[in-house]
Amino acid sequence: MAAAILHGVGATTPLSSVKYNNSRRSLPGSGITERKRASFVIQCYGSLSSGLNIGINRAVKLSTNAVATKQDSVTASTPSKPGHELLLFEALREGLEEEMERDPWVCVMGEDVGHYGGSYKVTKGLADKYGDLRVLDTPIAENSFTGMGIGAAMTGLRPIVEGMNMGFLLLAFNQISNNCGMLHYTSGGQFKIPIVIRGPGGVGRQLGAEHSQRLESYFQSIPGIQMVACSTPYNAKGLMKAAIRSDNPVILFEHVLLYNLKERIPDEEYVLSLEESEMVRTGDHVTILTYSRMRYHVMQAAKTLVNKGYDPEVIDIRSLKPFDLHTIGNSVKKTHRVVIVEECMRTGGIGASLTASINEHFHDYLDAPIVCLSSQDVPTPYAGTLEDWTVVQPAQIVAAVEQLCR
Amino acid sequence: MACSATAKIIHNPLVLSSSRSAEKYESCCKISGPSSLLGSKFLGKKLLSAKSAISLASRRSGAVVAVSSDVVKEKKVKSGSSAASNLLITKEEGLVLYEDMYLGRAFEDMCAQMYYRGKMFGFVHLYNGQEAVSTGFIKLLKQEDCVVSTYRDHVHSLSKGVPARQVMSELFGKTTGCCRGQGGSMHMFSKEHNVLGGFAFIGEGIPVATGAAFTSKYKREVLKEDCDEVTLAFFGDGTCNNGQFFECLNMAALWKLPIVFVVENNLWAIGMSHLRSTSDPQIWKKGPAFGMPGVHVDGMDVLKVREVAQEAIGRARRGEGPTLVECETYRFRGHSLADPDELRDPAEKARYATRDPITALKKYLFENNLANEAELKAVDKKIDEIIEDSVEFADASPVPARNQLLENVFADPRGFGIGPDGKYRCEDPKFTEGTAQV
Repeated sequence: MAAAILHGVGATTPLSSVKYNNSRRSLPGSGITERKRASFVIQCYGSLSSGLNIGINRAVKLSTNAVATKQDSVTASTPSKPGHELLLFEALREGLEEEMERDPWVCVMGEDVGHYGGSYKVTKGLADKYGDLRVLDTPIAENSFTGMGIGAAMTGLRPIVEGMNMGFLLLAFNQISNNCGMLHYTSGGQFKIPIVIRGPGGVGRQLGAEHSQRLESYFQSIPGIQMVACSTPYNAKGLMKAAIRSDNPVILFEHVLLYNLKERIPDEEYVLSLEESEMVRTGDHVTILTYSRMRYHVMQAAKTLVNKGYDPEVIDIRSLKPFDLHTIGNSVKKTHRVVIVEECMRTGGIGASLTASINEHFHDYLDAPIVCLSSQDVPTPYAGTLEDWTVVQPAQIVAAVEQLCR
Repeated sequence: MACSATAKIIHNPLVLSSSRSAEKYESCCKISGPSSLLGSKFLGKKLLSAKSAISLASRRSGAVVAVSSDVVKEKKVKSGSSAASNLLITKEEGLVLYEDMYLGRAFEDMCAQMYYRGKMFGFVHLYNGQEAVSTGFIKLLKQEDCVVSTYRDHVHSLSKGVPARQVMSELFGKTTGCCRGQGGSMHMFSKEHNVLGGFAFIGEGIPVATGAAFTSKYKREVLKEDCDEVTLAFFGDGTCNNGQFFECLNMAALWKLPIVFVVENNLWAIGMSHLRSTSDPQIWKKGPAFGMPGVHVDGMDVLKVREVAQEAIGRARRGEGPTLVECETYRFRGHSLADPDELRDPAEKARYATRDPITALKKYLFENNLANEAELKAVDKKIDEIIEDSVEFADASPVPARNQLLENVFADPRGFGIGPDGKYRCEDPKFTEGTAQV
């Protein structure tokens, strides 16, 4: 099934790319300065919704601490530049390397990130280039090396801590919750913690229960952190760079099965916004909110739905904490029906929070209760068949949309 | 080189600062074999808790193995002469040490008063009795060096240079506190003085300290800066059974981080005696197991602590790596102001009360003509005034207004996300008022 997804991706990615990639590149100077990044975002939505001064509203007037996405010299993006094709893990590495090149205070720490190049090769070659201290191979002590990353961040470094598997970060929960999330506040704003905690998570291919965890639901309550989930090489690189440049602690969720996705990404530098979601496909009938790997199940279901005459709007929420209520809200106001498709558990997952949030803010615009499709509340079984039934499959998504749009 | 990790048993009679009261001291200990366990003063003290009559001196037989530091050796050579050069400190240093310890004591006593008067709330952990450790170590640091502490952090902050006003205000929960009233007793932070906290869960600060030391090494080796900043991590005996302690000992020794792990072994973790919770109660021994020197020192004697600290900090500055220093100390009050402190033997408390570090230093200063009554009284008065002033300042300071609620959650407030209207939540005026719902 997973293999099918990946094959399916080959077909769907260009579809989604067409929606925004090309249009993005055609906008002069897209994706460089903060202002321009904002205008870049407009392109993301495909159709320019009328009356929305998104770009202007995005300009943050306050906070001298705001991330200064001080870009290098702006060259107008030339549509003639072909971009380059790479796999998602390479995109992550490219983003990481660009940031390490740009800022000598950026460093990496984690298990097997150095000589081994990372368990999913995201940091391959970096230790050779930057040395063993800047790409630090740690002993197996998640709680302590995450805490070490936090202490380093407090004293000026910008570390990226890799959890070899996101599930291992459960061991670091003490540091992530107590120190990462809280220290900026309890110190009265004196210390900032510009740390990025990243790693592969999600249900893989028969990895067993402990290696198939979705930690976004456990971390979402921690005040003071941001969570983002990447799903394409394009947004992987952009989110990686944004996370590193952010002065807030950011947890970047990658998915084990998405590392080999291939996509053509721009040659010129770009940084995405951590707080914004991504319009994957515009539509009128129903809003489907998703993130990470489920995006591909949704797009597969979307193909079926389109053939059946439905017009789903698919949004990859990307920002798991905080939610981009603007994009989501606009979509809800247009379609009046929401389906959330996620890989989190049913109980207390991202979908549960999103449902509550949408109900709270956009209740009046809903024509039907929100449908939330999540994984079953079971430890992920090893057997392939059972594993398939714990996560949401495209057929379920199709059925849910059909039911909702009746 | 003193206190190296190689196992070398040297049977030296302990002679250290002979001018100090010879009653109890123990300087550096190297790795000892099991035979020394019984004779060690450390364990002997535990056995003594029920028998106050037995003098310590007789317990402390030559079975204790120890090697004094190079500094001490020099002193030993000179000992016997009563020349002033034999002294460990100058007059100025002595007064600095005295003032700092007295500040810590007076401040904590005032905290207790204020707590019972309802000016501060929650969990307040006082440092009475342990001043020698804080003063002995922190007074050797530069401003750029970092200190990481636990919830018993008022005195560490004061020693590092955080003004008493700011600490007292923080305890009162006022906006002029060092953390704007948002941290409280257990979370003292100061960017200016490099106090990295203040942590409520034990062991939590040790990785943070390791990280600060890592930054120091990074600055030196990757950024090629001239950086010799060290970090001190203070924590207690209870923490030494926690995984984070061991994990950080490993990493610090592995990468030779410029850090000193200072164990304030006051024998009690709330009501849990160190002996009841630890298979091998000699914490200093755990250092060599990870490849760093483990040193045991009398934590009630500020001069001994200072000597050991000098050596350990020097090691770290020179890039030779971490040291584990176990300071045998005692807290005169309960674990916190809420602790009735019923479990500890009054005889034990009485015994340690006679070893009050401030009294001991005073005696040393008098005996060596470094200071007289009047000078010390002047210091006392000065400190008392500072404390009074800090209380008045804290009293007069404003409580945090509502608009402070949502600040400082994120360094970049865009982290609150984008609201339904398309604007960032932090641009909403309710945000700056503190009334927005997040």
